[in-house]
Amino acid sequence: MPAELFMPFVMVLVAALLPLQLLPAMIWAERKVSAFIQDRTGPNRADILGIRLGGVIHSIADVVKLIAKEDMTPSKVNSFYYSLGPFLALFISLIPFSIIPLADTLKIGGAAIPLRAVTLDVGILFILAITSFHVYAVVFAGWASNNSFSLLGGLRSAAQMVSYELGLGLSLVGMIMVAQTLDLNEIVRQQGGTIFGILPAWNVFLQPLGFLIFVVSIFAETNRNPFDLPEGESEIIGFHVEYSSMRFAFFFMGEYIAIIGGSAVVATLFLGGWQVPFFDTEMLRENAMLAARIAFGSTAALCVLLSIILMAYDKKLQALYTDKRRFEARVLLGIVVTLGAGAVGGLLFLPTLSSLGEQIVTAIVQNTFLVGKILLFCFFFIWVRWTLPRFRYDQLMNLGWKTLIPLALLNIFLTGVALVLFDRGA
Amino acid sequence: MSTSDRIGRFLREMGEALEAEHNPYGEKSFRVAPEQIRPVLEKLRRDYGFDLLLDITAIDKIELGKAGEPRFDVIYNLRPHDTGDRIRLKTSVPESDPALPSVQDLWKTANWCERETWDQYGIRFKGHPNLKRILNHKDFVGHPLRKDYDIKKQQWLSEADDLMDEMEKKRKRTSDALSKETLFVNLGPSHPAFHGAIRILAELDGETIRNSVSEIGYLHRGFEKSAEKGTYTHVIPYTDRLNYLSSVSNNVAYCMQVEHMLDVEVPRRTQVIRVILSELARIMDHMVCIGAALVDLGALTNFWFLFNEREKIYDVIEALCGARLTHCYIRIGGLAHDLHDGFEAGVRALLQSIPETMTDVQNLVGRNRIFLDRVIGVGVISKEDAISYGFTGPCLRACGIPHDLRKDEPYYGYEEYDWDVVIGENGDTYDRLWVRFEEVNQSVRIIEQALSSMPGGPVNVDDKRITLPPKDAVHGNIEALMNHFMLIMNGVAPPAGDSYRAVEAPNGELGFLIVSDGSPKPYKIKVRPPCFMIFSAFDEMIEGGMVQDAIATLGSLNVVAGELDR
Repeated sequence: MPAELFMPFVMVLVAALLPLQLLPAMIWAERKVSAFIQDRTGPNRADILGIRLGGVIHSIADVVKLIAKEDMTPSKVNSFYYSLGPFLALFISLIPFSIIPLADTLKIGGAAIPLRAVTLDVGILFILAITSFHVYAVVFAGWASNNSFSLLGGLRSAAQMVSYELGLGLSLVGMIMVAQTLDLNEIVRQQGGTIFGILPAWNVFLQPLGFLIFVVSIFAETNRNPFDLPEGESEIIGFHVEYSSMRFAFFFMGEYIAIIGGSAVVATLFLGGWQVPFFDTEMLRENAMLAARIAFGSTAALCVLLSIILMAYDKKLQALYTDKRRFEARVLLGIVVTLGAGAVGGLLFLPTLSSLGEQIVTAIVQNTFLVGKILLFCFFFIWVRWTLPRFRYDQLMNLGWKTLIPLALLNIFLTGVALVLFDRGA
Repeated sequence: MSTSDRIGRFLREMGEALEAEHNPYGEKSFRVAPEQIRPVLEKLRRDYGFDLLLDITAIDKIELGKAGEPRFDVIYNLRPHDTGDRIRLKTSVPESDPALPSVQDLWKTANWCERETWDQYGIRFKGHPNLKRILNHKDFVGHPLRKDYDIKKQQWLSEADDLMDEMEKKRKRTSDALSKETLFVNLGPSHPAFHGAIRILAELDGETIRNSVSEIGYLHRGFEKSAEKGTYTHVIPYTDRLNYLSSVSNNVAYCMQVEHMLDVEVPRRTQVIRVILSELARIMDHMVCIGAALVDLGALTNFWFLFNEREKIYDVIEALCGARLTHCYIRIGGLAHDLHDGFEAGVRALLQSIPETMTDVQNLVGRNRIFLDRVIGVGVISKEDAISYGFTGPCLRACGIPHDLRKDEPYYGYEEYDWDVVIGENGDTYDRLWVRFEEVNQSVRIIEQALSSMPGGPVNVDDKRITLPPKDAVHGNIEALMNHFMLIMNGVAPPAGDSYRAVEAPNGELGFLIVSDGSPKPYKIKVRPPCFMIFSAFDEMIEGGMVQDAIATLGSLNVVAGELDR
């Protein structure tokens, strides 16, 4: 079967599964990073047969809890909008992934296969349009819950998201002027190469002001601290105060997927997307063998290191406990050793790559870098949340209207001047 | 005007209206005829500078056996805000028509104090705009602190007060208010920012609070009624539960007052230990206040930094007395037992780590624009209003009034330690929080000096009437056994009369007014809880601000429901 027929299906699947796979990791990271910042241990109790994986299993316990809880619908709510809210929250936050280019376009037998679910020329506009839909989820939930606190949360959210959308859009204009395209893959491709030979030619270096405004607006759009006023759990408890069980979980998941999606957009537009710094696609394809060897080799080294740590941990446990904690250490050790052996095997018996193989290895490497950038930015989200207090409503509006929008306009002006001076506009 | 002058002149001018009352404790107490009470109070307030109304309460004299006298005495407890020069006025109120003129226009704090007196004793105050129950439920029948109200009587009350009667009064103040469409929101009693159970009914115009009415009493458990049922020693565990964030301070305030009535002074070593524990309690109290306030502002990490440190302090105190929250370590005439060996080392380690923690937290928020914008100029209260509302402690000092009972009316040798009174400037939320930050550092200084000057010797007074004999003597000879028995069954019995003394608790002036009838049971105990007076100003402080300002303001006031509702 020709690749261009089945690849879109594969890519839709990948685009849907990537955020859903990152979600538990994100929730786990939120808990563990916040614990680290706050001098605590974080979750480390929930286990399956003694396997805790440092708290990862806790997420499974959460899922079980949320599914098993009673799904309550308060009386006198508008049940259609009440149900629509959580659905929209999750659904809309998943959409942006469909147009994020996951790696450079494959070329199989003369046909170009883009590695994204939907190929759109107007990628940036699509993202802006979709994120502005997010406000409906919150407003529906807040209004339909028939609760004053929810209503306040919904109102705050509506005002906040609408205000910051302007900043979000305007901050991108400068970048679009430089890139001369709205197509995301093209924007990423332009971010290859270097500036002055030392910096990767990422938009964050070309458009620092635009990047700053965009990041602040993304924080506001995803309702994250310091912009978490719609939730504001110590003030108005939030727009989802009346929701329980999986409906609440949909908001919860929607929030985190929106964060991952926001990070993906930031990574794509400003941090070079799938670009590997200093290595463009051609170079990677030429050195695919080397890249594969490095990948296998570093995995093997990591496994050796991990198994040494685990063996020391096991020895320490032997002296202290005789319970299932020791079992956990042994199981983990087994997994790590198997993985390490696989990596060593891969390193030893690596066949010479065909042209397709080289392209696939390149795509994997590029995608790994993209996911790495997304995760780094997610970490930034978490870091900010546990460091900053929350804005007041009017201060938030002032920042949006009186600071960010003028700055964004200034950025457009400066970009225009620069383009004329360096004669790139023509 | 020096203090003695003040009272001397007052006596000369108002001589006819006053009748000096014999007080066995040498405190200034005068009896005034009911029709004279308002003019006298007005003069005291306007001409003599008694601008701090500490408390209003009543005594039900029905069991004092004075036939023919009116049943109730109403007590006004006053002092100027800048000295510890106290005066008490008493006036008699008959049971048939228990009514007095209200003074809520002279002192704003009288509003709630009079409501409480009405609630607990059924004494009406004519001219009070809103004389309804405050601690007890609105449908409660009877007045619980009257001696003929049975402590075991239970009432089933389920209907919540909608508070709209008070709200409608407030809304009518401005004529255009009624025409606007507004939203009524109940903040509390179960709300994440209202630590404990406090309820605010707020009228919102958008996010702005136009009017607000508060309801307290959800945690009212009848401390004062319970205290009348046991011996003086039985009250100590109850006091733990007033301000449970700093329970040692309550212990100390109560025991110091009873010791004062018994006319004994605890040994120097005990005084120093009490100072150290009180200052540790102050540090913990301020930590909770700051941490909780910052959580309400959305800065959660500070909370953990502060609570980790607080847990370390609790570890030291747990090693000392076995309890973490409600210590019950202080006894009348001394302490439950002497310090253990590791105490000094433990406290010295704390003295190292507490300033580090405070610096960490200050670094996180001190120059953070979001934090500063949220707290500067928010919840401002003027000096005059603060005094009129009966503010004491950090909240008063944040307004720029350098008054601290540890300096003005020193006890336990506070005058010997080298430390500074911390004051703010504007009386806003920032000042209140920052005064607390700095007071922690001052407390560290005090503890350092106290620890270095710790003398040896016994911890309990050498008085058989007060201190339990050693256990081996109890097991060994009949005299000690009888002594032990008598002390446990009866305990101490101060001479008949009433007395009030106060300490500087973390929240402000914490005093106990104790009325003794000469028996081993207190006839009446009235606590002056600092945050009751402070919280009465809350509605006025938040009106016109936004919901988020109200939350920030509440956090900085450190209202502890255990003490507020008693």
